[in-house]
Amino acid sequence: MIKSRLFWPILVLVLILLLNLFFDPGFFSVEVRGGHLTGSLIDILNRGAPLILIAIGMTLVIATAGIDLSVGSVVAMAGAMAAFVVSKPGLSDDSLVPLFTALALAIGLSVVAGMWNGLLVSRIGVQPIVATLILMVAGRGIAQLITNGQILTIYYEPYSFVGGGYLLMLPFSIFIVAAVLALALFLTRKTSIGLFIESVGSNPEASRLTGLNSKNILLMVYIFSGFCAGIGGIILSSNVSAADGNNAGLWFELDAILAVVIGGTSLMGGKFHLMGTVIGALIIQSLTTTIYSIGIPPEVNLVVKAVVVLIVCLLQSPEFRKKVLGGLKSKANRDAKGVA
Amino acid sequence: MKKLFSSKVLVLLMMLLLLVLAACGGESEKSSGENGGSDSTETDSGGSDSSGDKGGDSEKLVIGFSQVGAESEWRTANTKSMKAAIEDAGHELKFSDAQQKQENQIKAIRSFIAQKVDAIVFSPVVETGFETVLQEAKDAGIPVFLSDRAVDIEDDSLWATFLGSDFVEEGRKAARWMVEEYKDEEGPINIVELQGTVGSAPAIDRKEGFEEVISEYPEKFKIIKSQTGEFTRSKGKEVMEAFLKSDGENIDVLYSHNDDMAIGAIQAIEEYGLKPAEDIKIIGVDAVRGAFEAMADGKMNVTVECNPLTGPQMVELIEAHLAGEKIEKRVSVEEGIYTMDQAEELLPTRKY
Repeated sequence: MIKSRLFWPILVLVLILLLNLFFDPGFFSVEVRGGHLTGSLIDILNRGAPLILIAIGMTLVIATAGIDLSVGSVVAMAGAMAAFVVSKPGLSDDSLVPLFTALALAIGLSVVAGMWNGLLVSRIGVQPIVATLILMVAGRGIAQLITNGQILTIYYEPYSFVGGGYLLMLPFSIFIVAAVLALALFLTRKTSIGLFIESVGSNPEASRLTGLNSKNILLMVYIFSGFCAGIGGIILSSNVSAADGNNAGLWFELDAILAVVIGGTSLMGGKFHLMGTVIGALIIQSLTTTIYSIGIPPEVNLVVKAVVVLIVCLLQSPEFRKKVLGGLKSKANRDAKGVA
Repeated sequence: MKKLFSSKVLVLLMMLLLLVLAACGGESEKSSGENGGSDSTETDSGGSDSSGDKGGDSEKLVIGFSQVGAESEWRTANTKSMKAAIEDAGHELKFSDAQQKQENQIKAIRSFIAQKVDAIVFSPVVETGFETVLQEAKDAGIPVFLSDRAVDIEDDSLWATFLGSDFVEEGRKAARWMVEEYKDEEGPINIVELQGTVGSAPAIDRKEGFEEVISEYPEKFKIIKSQTGEFTRSKGKEVMEAFLKSDGENIDVLYSHNDDMAIGAIQAIEEYGLKPAEDIKIIGVDAVRGAFEAMADGKMNVTVECNPLTGPQMVELIEAHLAGEKIEKRVSVEEGIYTMDQAEELLPTRKY
C-alpha cells in the first residue's frame, strides 16, 4: 500500500482532517439544514471545486512537460464574460436564455484563450511558461475591460444555481467537478489519448517520428486547460453573484500547480496522476478551511500553509524517506545490537 | 512547402487577433483621456478672461489637482467630487491624472508651478520621493494640499495640510455603534471579525480603533474569531462559512473591515440558515452602494462611511489657508455612519 503514489497525499489529507476533529469535535458531522446537507466536509468539496477543476486541466498540461500560468486570468475572464451577460438590468428570472448565453460565451472565451496558448506553444514554438505568461498578464486586463474595472453584481437568480445551487441535497458544483473528472479519466485512461499525452511529454521528437501529431496533442491539452479554468471561473463568480476582474482567481495558477505537484505528477512531464491531483487540491482546500476554523492568526497563514506543503513534498520524495526512515531503522538496529 | 504556408497563415491570424485586442486597449485609453487627460494638464473650467491676471480677482483661484488615477469606484467618486466642488465654488481647475505613476505626478506638479496656480491639491501615488518637487512648490510660494494619502517627509512645512479619512476613527465609530446597540443587554457578546488585506493601513487602523473601544468592556465584548478576507467578496464568504461551521449560533456580531466582505458574509449566513442582521448583527465600513442595497433589504445593520466626497471640504481648506487663516496639519474627512432604517431613503442619493 505504501508503494502506491496516492498513499502519502491521502495520509496527509486524513491527518489534516483529524487535526480539525481535535479542535472541533463536530467537524465531521454533516447535517440537513434547509433541505440540503451542510458541514465542513461539504464546504471543503464545494469551495475546492474550482481549484480541482483547474488542477485537472493543469495536470494534463504539465504531463506534456508544459505549464499554464494563465488559468487565474482565464478564471477572471470567464467570470467577467458571464457576469457581463447576466448583470444587465431587467432580466426576467423565468427565462433561461440569458443563463445559457452567458455559459456559452464564457466557456467559448476560455476555449479561445486556451487555443491562443496552445497555438503559441505548438505552432510558434514559444516556451510554455512564456506563452502562458502573456495571457496571465493580458487576461486580467481583458477581464477588467469587460467589467469596466468595476465589480459587477448579478441579480439574475438562475445564474447563481451553477455555483450556489443544490442537486440531490449536495452543492451543484460537486457534480460539475465529478463530470469533468469522469470525462478526463475516460479520455486519458480508456482511450489512447492519455498514452499520447505521456508520450509527447517524455519525448516530443520521438513521438513525432512514430507518427503522432504532437502539435495537435499539445494544442488540445491547452484548450482543455482553458476550458477547465473557464468552468472554474463561472462557478466562482456564480457563487458570490459577482464578477471581480481584479481579484477573481488571483494566484490560482500557483495553487493549481501546487495541487498537481502534491498529487505526484512530475513537472518534467511524461506521467500524470489525475486522482493524485484531486487529492492535492483537496489538501490545499482543507488546509485553508482548517486555518479559518481553528483560528490561526492571519499574519501566519501563509507560513503554516508553506510548512504543510513542504512536509507533503518531503514525504513524497523517496530519497528523503529513505534517509529519515532508513536512518531510524539503522539506529533501531544498532540499539537492538547494543542491547544484545 | 505546404506546412510552411499554413504556419504563415497562423502567424497572420494571431497578429490579427492581437490587433483586435490592441484596438480594445486603445479604446479604453481614449476614454480615460477624455476623463482627465493622460499626463498633460488640461483646463477644465470655462472663463479664461481672468486666467491671465491671477490675484487680480481675489475670489477666483486657479487650483491644480493631481489625482492618483481611476483604479476604483471610490477614486472615481473622489475625482468627481473634487472637480465639482472646485468648479461650483467658481474657481478654475487644472486637472491631471497620474495613472498610478509618480513620474507623471511630478511632471504635473512642475507644470502647475510653471503655470503659477494658486494652490496644488494632490493624492500622492507613493509616500516617498516628493521632496524635491514639493520644495520647488514651496519656493514658488504655492501651498500644497494632500488629499486622501499622506507623504512620508520629515519637513512638514512642505505642505499646508493633509485631508484624509481617519481609519482608526472609523473603527471606533463601528465599535461605538455596537456598544450603544447592546447597552441594555448582558454579555458576553461574541464578535467575529473579517480583516482587510494583511498589513494594509485600513486593515490595521480599523482593527485598532475597534479594539480600543471594546477594550473598555473586557467582560462584555469578545472577538472570538478574526481572519483576513482580503477585502474581497468571495474570501469574505469563504471565511464566514468556516466561522459559522466552527462557532455557528454563538456568533452575535460580524465586524467587517469593508462592505464587500460583509456582502459575501451575508450570503454565507443566509446559506447557513440564519437571518443576517437579526441573528447576527452586521457592521461594515465604506458605505458603498451595495451596502445600502443590503441594508434596504434588511440584511445589514450599519455601515461606517469612508467618504470619497471630500471636494467641498478641500475647497474650504484652500480658501481658508489663502485667506491667511491657520489650519491644522491633519484634517479628518467628515464622515457619517448609516443604519438600516436610513438606507432606503438614502439609496437613490448614493453616488458610488
